[in-house]
Amino acid sequence: MSIDISFNIQLAIAIVTSAFVGGISGYIGSLMLTKRMSLMGGALGHMTLPGIALGLAYGFDVSLGALLFLIVGIAAIWYIEIKTELPTESIVAIVFATSVAVALLFLKHEEIDIALIGDISKITFTIAVVTSVIAVAIFFVVRTILPKMIIMSISEDLAFTEKINVQLYKFIYLACIAGVVALGVRIVGGLMTAALVAIPACASKNMSGSLSRYTLVSLLIGAMSCAIGVLAAHVTILPVGPMIIICSAILFLISLFFNP
Amino acid sequence: MKKNILKVNNLSVTLENNIILQNISFSVAENEVFIVLGPNGAGKTTLLRAILGLVPHTGTITWAKNNISYLPPQELIHKQYLPPLTVQEFLALKKISVKKIYHIMETVGLQKDLADHQVDKLSTGQFQRMLIAWALGKEPSVLVLDEPTTGIDIGGEETIYSLLHSLWKERNLTIILVTHHVHVVWEHATNVLCINKKLLCCGKPEVVLSTENLEKIYGAGVKMYEHRHIL
Repeated sequence: MSIDISFNIQLAIAIVTSAFVGGISGYIGSLMLTKRMSLMGGALGHMTLPGIALGLAYGFDVSLGALLFLIVGIAAIWYIEIKTELPTESIVAIVFATSVAVALLFLKHEEIDIALIGDISKITFTIAVVTSVIAVAIFFVVRTILPKMIIMSISEDLAFTEKINVQLYKFIYLACIAGVVALGVRIVGGLMTAALVAIPACASKNMSGSLSRYTLVSLLIGAMSCAIGVLAAHVTILPVGPMIIICSAILFLISLFFNP
Repeated sequence: MKKNILKVNNLSVTLENNIILQNISFSVAENEVFIVLGPNGAGKTTLLRAILGLVPHTGTITWAKNNISYLPPQELIHKQYLPPLTVQEFLALKKISVKKIYHIMETVGLQKDLADHQVDKLSTGQFQRMLIAWALGKEPSVLVLDEPTTGIDIGGEETIYSLLHSLWKERNLTIILVTHHVHVVWEHATNVLCINKKLLCCGKPEVVLSTENLEKIYGAGVKMYEHRHIL
């Protein structure tokens, strides 16, 4: 294993951008963990693969392709759910497995790694700025809907009688998840987005005794794992996506020794 | 004569081709403790959910007030899905001031130092008191509760009902409550609605809770014995 200790502007851009995406992933992950939806992030991540393949093939941004296929995937799940009585998780399994199959048919051999485990090393300044702005925007949306979503996770009946528009908030929440997954696939690929949202939230839960601390620590762990992961990948010349998840897992192990 | 705050006419609920409730009509007057009584599976929870607009139904439901607070049954509250959340943070979700939070905690008998405790670490009785505090947050005029003492021991059960009774008196509340415990009706109800998918009886407990009606609700062999406490 070789080591590269050089530091350049490209690396700085990658670190900052991944910290923004990691932060929002951790933040929304704290809510997804509450609603037992962390694995949904993984399923959605897999659904993005044909979009990433399309982006790589035609030279447009992978997050854009990912978002497009997320919309198609979510619409397909919604439609099948209405037409059949199958449980949602079974429909999700069908849609995401089909997405992986389609992507693997069309991805070139040298592009499979990028699609599956991500690559942020070549991100341009413009894309970095757009990505970071979207991450910040999603943060503010999630922060606004968080109290209502907590009430909904306790009981939808309770939320309804509190005059909360449950369907509207669910839609906004799902749209935010789709946005985070579309941003996340650039960094960790379609294979590991579940870890990007789940591990920081799990680590934070081990260390937190209040909601404010839980969401903040989850955001910080998400941002830290991504920033340290990108740096570690640069130094060790290993793939970025797996390094981020390993950093996240190490922080999770450390969290086991904390008491809220 | 007291003003009606709720009028229900020919309420029917059918879920997945099963008739849950059939042609139920009743009204609730202001400042009543109106208890819905019936055996398990009688449709009591569905009745409450229907009057709150939570399940599809036919018939008419007219509320004269709109500041209604609802406490779902324990089985519909996903305590295990809660994030790390303190009692104070939970009550703050209702958008009320910290001062008000401490005040309602005191009202329901929760000590001030529990404000920083995690909700999922509370005992079942404390959790239920916290939910009652939540329900009182926006000064409701109607409190709708579904089996508020499920999972609480007999002693705790009595303190919850005593709390509700004193809140009813002090705050001029109207309480609509579901239970399957007949003794709660005797001790606290001003009016009772007995159902088993259909309306069986409705009126003042001392009038309608005859042996004949109790047999209709719970089956043959059920009788009420009045006893007096000497002390």
